Amino acid sequence: MTAGELGWWGVLLAVLGGAIRVSTPYLFVSLGETLTEKSGRVNLGLEGTLVMGAMSGYAVAWLTGSPWLGVLVAGLTGAAFGLFHALVCSLPRVNDVAVGIALFILGTGLAFYLGKPYIQPTAPRLPHLALGAWSSSPQIRSALEINVLFIVGAVLAPALLWALRNTRWGLIVRTAGDNADAARALGYSVERVRAGCTAAGGFLAGVGGAFLSLYYPGTWNEGLSSGQGLMAIALVIFARWNPVRCFWVSLLFGGATALGPALQSVGVTTHYYLLNAAPYVLTLVLLVWSSSPRHTLVGAPSELSISR
Amino acid sequence: MSAGPPAVEIVGMSKRFGDLQALDDLSLTLPPGDFHAILGENGAGKSTLVKCVMGYYHADAGRVVVDGEPRAIAGPRDAHALGFGMVYQHFTLVPSMTVAENLVLGTQDLPAVIRWDEVRARIDSFQRRMPFRIEPDRLVSTLAAGEKQRLEILKQLFRGCRVLILDEPTSVLTPEEADQILGVLREMTAERLLTVVMITHKLREVEAFAREVTVLRSGRRVAGGRVGELTRADVVSAMVGGAVPAGAAARVARPSGPIALELDELTVLNDRGLAAVREVSLVVRAGEIVGVAGVSGNGQRELVEALAGQRAREAGEIRVEGAIFTPTRAVLRARRVHVLPEEPLVNACVRGMSVAENLAFRSYDEPRHTVAGVFLRRGTLRAEAGELIARYRIRTQGPDARLETLSGGNVQRTVLARELSGDAAVLVVQNPCAGLDIAATAETRARLMAARNGSAAVLLVSEDLDELLELADRIVVMFEGRLVYETSRDTADLSTIGHYMASA
Repeated sequence: MTAGELGWWGVLLAVLGGAIRVSTPYLFVSLGETLTEKSGRVNLGLEGTLVMGAMSGYAVAWLTGSPWLGVLVAGLTGAAFGLFHALVCSLPRVNDVAVGIALFILGTGLAFYLGKPYIQPTAPRLPHLALGAWSSSPQIRSALEINVLFIVGAVLAPALLWALRNTRWGLIVRTAGDNADAARALGYSVERVRAGCTAAGGFLAGVGGAFLSLYYPGTWNEGLSSGQGLMAIALVIFARWNPVRCFWVSLLFGGATALGPALQSVGVTTHYYLLNAAPYVLTLVLLVWSSSPRHTLVGAPSELSISR
Repeated sequence: MSAGPPAVEIVGMSKRFGDLQALDDLSLTLPPGDFHAILGENGAGKSTLVKCVMGYYHADAGRVVVDGEPRAIAGPRDAHALGFGMVYQHFTLVPSMTVAENLVLGTQDLPAVIRWDEVRARIDSFQRRMPFRIEPDRLVSTLAAGEKQRLEILKQLFRGCRVLILDEPTSVLTPEEADQILGVLREMTAERLLTVVMITHKLREVEAFAREVTVLRSGRRVAGGRVGELTRADVVSAMVGGAVPAGAAARVARPSGPIALELDELTVLNDRGLAAVREVSLVVRAGEIVGVAGVSGNGQRELVEALAGQRAREAGEIRVEGAIFTPTRAVLRARRVHVLPEEPLVNACVRGMSVAENLAFRSYDEPRHTVAGVFLRRGTLRAEAGELIARYRIRTQGPDARLETLSGGNVQRTVLARELSGDAAVLVVQNPCAGLDIAATAETRARLMAARNGSAAVLLVSEDLDELLELADRIVVMFEGRLVYETSRDTADLSTIGHYMASA
């Protein structure tokens, strides 16, 4: 047994630490998608944006030596992808779902193509806060290594909720997402509001990608993302388009992902691959459980093409 | 309220869409405190006129003069800044927001961060000066239609609107609610707090509330003047351009036939999973029209969808000619059940298919249209469509034109042609004359009456009380999914029905 003196508590601790680590990209992508969908548009291309963010962030961090500059560039790359999505969607009779899928494929393909030279080198990693420094137990220390981006995301989630409720900008975004005619009647350009929200959503997804390559796992390769960008979109639906709920659901998904490795660390190796599928099973179960043929989803922005 | 409304003049306004001259050198004077009704048929240019004034369209010629000064209006924001505000036919409230959020949303200088305590104080003091008020914390989605319409008006007044343009403001209201709201607005104009411009087709409301009236036809002013100096006949003949259509359709007295359609404790859920139709029991006999009155959103849509097979029953039974009714294609055909739902372009048509194909939805798989039951005979489909297009006077480039190229009124005619031309035993129709002009409305009502006289059982779901009073043999009132009142046509009384429409 490698669990040492903590035993099953060690599993719990490992799941918690893993949840915090793994949930960070989920959190950023889902916050970005929540913002985009609140404005009445779906961007299914965030998986591509995530991978592009991971590649560009890693490349810039390696070239400049600054991981934070890498994060910034990853965000800007994501914003550019979001803006591109918005521009294509603002053309008449363009379907946002189809554009999103095209961008998903374009983003991953482009990232693999441009990212070839960066597979070997090692870029500097993002810092973390060692909240477990007081403890002598290595498990506690490793579980309480909180990465800085997670803290940024944890602050961003309630801030986004507050902004949607208490700022002019938030009210306009919700109006565009719930009643486009009303937004037009007020003299706002729905296309411009959605373009801004899709670009901002892309920025956050790009930052989520930078986390993958610059913190955990902390390298750049083609197998870096295992569909986090796609699952985060399902997560938004389960979180009912509420940023704070996105935070909790991200933790839940992160915990499910960390379950397999945590159990393996205490020697439970049976069903290892099955346990690694836990987040995908969770996605399916939650989506089936939270939807119904009888009624539409409560809280869904009514301008979304999926809720029409 | 500080400043009164400005004097507004619209001078020589013209607007062209392709070949259509929607507005033709139109001028209109609105002194402060006017209550001006604009009447006209569909396509007469009423909406184009107000959309040019509100900055949604850019007029080809003409100008808007406010207090003697010509003003350029490049967009809705410019119009808002001049004190113009518009209440649309469809609500422009955001349903997932509260009343307070919706009120704030409309204000000109919305601050970057909203101080809700301050805003609430402003809303409270504003509402104290208003003749009606709505609890600011309520979600708009929980408001009744009348409350929503009041909120639309409050929203305009809250942001300082002095010239209020209303586009068919009472179409979603009961007669009582309409009278109350228009009465309040009339008082506000009398006190010089507001100028009101109202687009409508309800002559009764014009006569009761407006001070001035302008009748438009083909983008031109064809009649107008002070209300009271024009007779109803003058106005109607100006609207339709001479020929006033014949009066009510002829009703043949006949003994009541056997029960054709029977609803037994029918319950149907809406999209949110809540009961929209609650334990409705109703009988429609062959050769009678049963009218269902009610303000839109009280379960009528779900009722019609359940009868059309578009929505599952939650509980209860539907029986047609005594047999339990399962709305499959075979049963619909065998029992000759025809349905005309509201918004037919969305609910009963495929917009990308041709007019001929849309006309053949009921019949394309019948032996006369197929070869070996598999391949369609395009020739017979087109020939039959051509006949229907002529008989129902559908204005289309031809049977092969895609349905979405037709105007709203002609889409309605297309679906009417399909549903009424077959020999229907049970006919379910919802708002059949929505979007039709006066002549087409009279023609459609005559066809419904003819179906009834020919012993069809007709269930007529309508938001137009005049239509129900003209056509129905019996009227029931639907409120919050239940039938709350029933009357025969001899004892039917507008104000009693209106009362039950508002609350049981």
